[in-house]
Amino acid sequence: MKHLDEFRDPALARALVERLKRVTTRPWTVMEVCGGQTHSIMRHGIDQVLPEGLTLLHGPGCPVCVTPLETIDRAVAIAMLPNVILTSFGDMLRVPGSNGSLLEARSRGADVRMVYSPLEALALAKENPDREVVFLAIGFETTAPGNAMALKAAADLGLANYSQLVSHVLVPPAMAAILDDEHVRVNAFLAAGHVCTVTGWRLYEPIAKKYGVPIVATGFEPVDILDGLVHAVELLEAGTPLVANRYARAVQPDGNPVAQAVVDQVYEVCDRKWRGIGTIPQSGLRLRAAFAAWDAEQKFDVGAITPQEPAECISGQVLQGRLKPADCPAFGTKCTPQTPLGATMVSSEGACAAWYRYGRKSAT
Amino acid sequence: MSDRPDFSGFTCPLPKLDHDTVQMAHGAGGRLSADLFERLILPRFTSPELEPRDDGALLDLPPGRVAFSTDTFVVTPLFFPGGDIGTLAVCGTVNDVAMMGGVPQALSMAFVLEEGLPLADFHRILCSMEATAKHAGVRVVTGDTKVVGRGQCDGIYINTSGIGVVPAGRDLGAHRIAAGDVVLVSGPAGDHGTAILTARAGLGVQTQLMSDCAPLNGLVEVLLASGADVKALRDPTRGGLAAVLNEYAVAARVGIRLDDGAVPVRDEVAGVCEMLGLDPLHMACEGRLVAIVAAGDADRALAALQGHEHGGGAARIGAVNDRHAGVVTMATALGVERVLDMPLGEQLPRIC
Repeated sequence: MKHLDEFRDPALARALVERLKRVTTRPWTVMEVCGGQTHSIMRHGIDQVLPEGLTLLHGPGCPVCVTPLETIDRAVAIAMLPNVILTSFGDMLRVPGSNGSLLEARSRGADVRMVYSPLEALALAKENPDREVVFLAIGFETTAPGNAMALKAAADLGLANYSQLVSHVLVPPAMAAILDDEHVRVNAFLAAGHVCTVTGWRLYEPIAKKYGVPIVATGFEPVDILDGLVHAVELLEAGTPLVANRYARAVQPDGNPVAQAVVDQVYEVCDRKWRGIGTIPQSGLRLRAAFAAWDAEQKFDVGAITPQEPAECISGQVLQGRLKPADCPAFGTKCTPQTPLGATMVSSEGACAAWYRYGRKSAT
Repeated sequence: MSDRPDFSGFTCPLPKLDHDTVQMAHGAGGRLSADLFERLILPRFTSPELEPRDDGALLDLPPGRVAFSTDTFVVTPLFFPGGDIGTLAVCGTVNDVAMMGGVPQALSMAFVLEEGLPLADFHRILCSMEATAKHAGVRVVTGDTKVVGRGQCDGIYINTSGIGVVPAGRDLGAHRIAAGDVVLVSGPAGDHGTAILTARAGLGVQTQLMSDCAPLNGLVEVLLASGADVKALRDPTRGGLAAVLNEYAVAARVGIRLDDGAVPVRDEVAGVCEMLGLDPLHMACEGRLVAIVAAGDADRALAALQGHEHGGGAARIGAVNDRHAGVVTMATALGVERVLDMPLGEQLPRIC
């Protein structure tokens, strides 16, 4: 496939592996921020061809994984209300809450529907004026513009039966939180390419400067990731903690201003709890007060939510790079994609699911 | 009612009926039921076994072991590029019988119709079943129709069962698979599943992609007639190529290694799957077969497949080994081996 095969070219990839071996003279730890990159690393076996001493840590960039349990429990509770159609993206439906997932809620009678686009939920609201259509709006900077646009359209149309349960998160504050964590040692980041298409790469310069870590905006194909790693290691070896853009075919220095503007119009920055990690200041987005009428959290009273996280799940540690999936005693035994204890085993971007799916079934 | 024209012997245009849609009474066994059978169903499937209108069929079968299979078909949308639920219902069972080495002889068909289903839709589905059964050379010999209330089923569900006769000397199955055998596929992977996915409302993707839905009994006969030592045959329907190969690896206690890039996948399928975060090897096919063949016969088998109308895109995709029993792997661009896992139930698109 054009624009894809070039970035999976075996000769190019092998040449980059050789170059990576040549430029790596000391042990380094690099975190790939995005779960999509984690899956690509596992799928193409990049972790198995790294030079000795170069360690990859999986980052928190899996939108489904970090969505707090409270949000899932609230979504399930709202879905169980009569007259509600609860909509969300595919992956989200399978994530276990305290009382099961949204798919399980559907089997108990809730009207839960998978949508491919936030505009689809909007269309459902138009088609079903007698029903309440709730869209579970989650994800990073990547999904926020589309969700903001849908909400703005609902407001413009005066669609009173549409609302959003918002649990958006932002990447840079999470990166800073990881660097502040004394248990984690990250020397450099591969920044999530698709987030950068919205935010731009200049946004990372304050982090690179403050913590002295190189940050490389990186794509998702094997050639992209290996190229990102080569540049990250070169910056580390040279002692120059700069931000580099190695996903130039998609990422501009200042990102996509139109997308940023619509997000800013609809959402505002807030403190946000991350599943398994805890509250990170100024790391989330919530609806602005002007759009309170479309805020599902305010619209539907489902009482107090008291989530119960399975005690043995270590997904929080995995998401922060403290532990690897196979460090978990439940990994591959009690916890599998069929019987997930935590979200990291569910999502197509979750690190545990990636390890399981691509056969890293024991610690390496 | 004497002024009603006689439509017996009339072919494909929708016969005139008193109703445009399925009524509860169409399943109640009275005049409307008889009307539905006589005017809509029977004209499509003339066979000596069906003609007596008995509750079952008496069959004269050639000698050999009998292969018997049943399958129920539920699909949304009912009509999709390259076929419909009727095509699927005939192909699915014909193919299951053929993969057992059976030469399909007779099919049963049972319909669950939803009250309100347009009779024109039902008729169109019956015409597809007629055409597909003719193409496969198999007779429909018995059937049944039930009607359920509106909202109690999704338009129409179809069950078909099929009987085939396995000529003496044929022995196909996982028990014959051994290290060294070669894995062939009869065409590009994932066409049906991807065509259905893109035909569903909401995705907003337009492709030229058609379902690969086709009866494969002819292809099986050509393959077996080539003289190649074919060990096992399977059609990779739900779960796709990955599911079939994993099942073989477990059942035969062997490893299977695919060469990355060797599995034929159409650009449209690769593109849609890439966008949604799905794996083409997990997507259903309805007109493909996987053949495990003795290594020395691979070229002969491949040539036989490629010479048939339903096997033009056949390819050699990998080999059986004794290194990692129960596991299917593929070589990546980096030369590393990765596990090709069993798909996990429902395919859910990723978020971003």
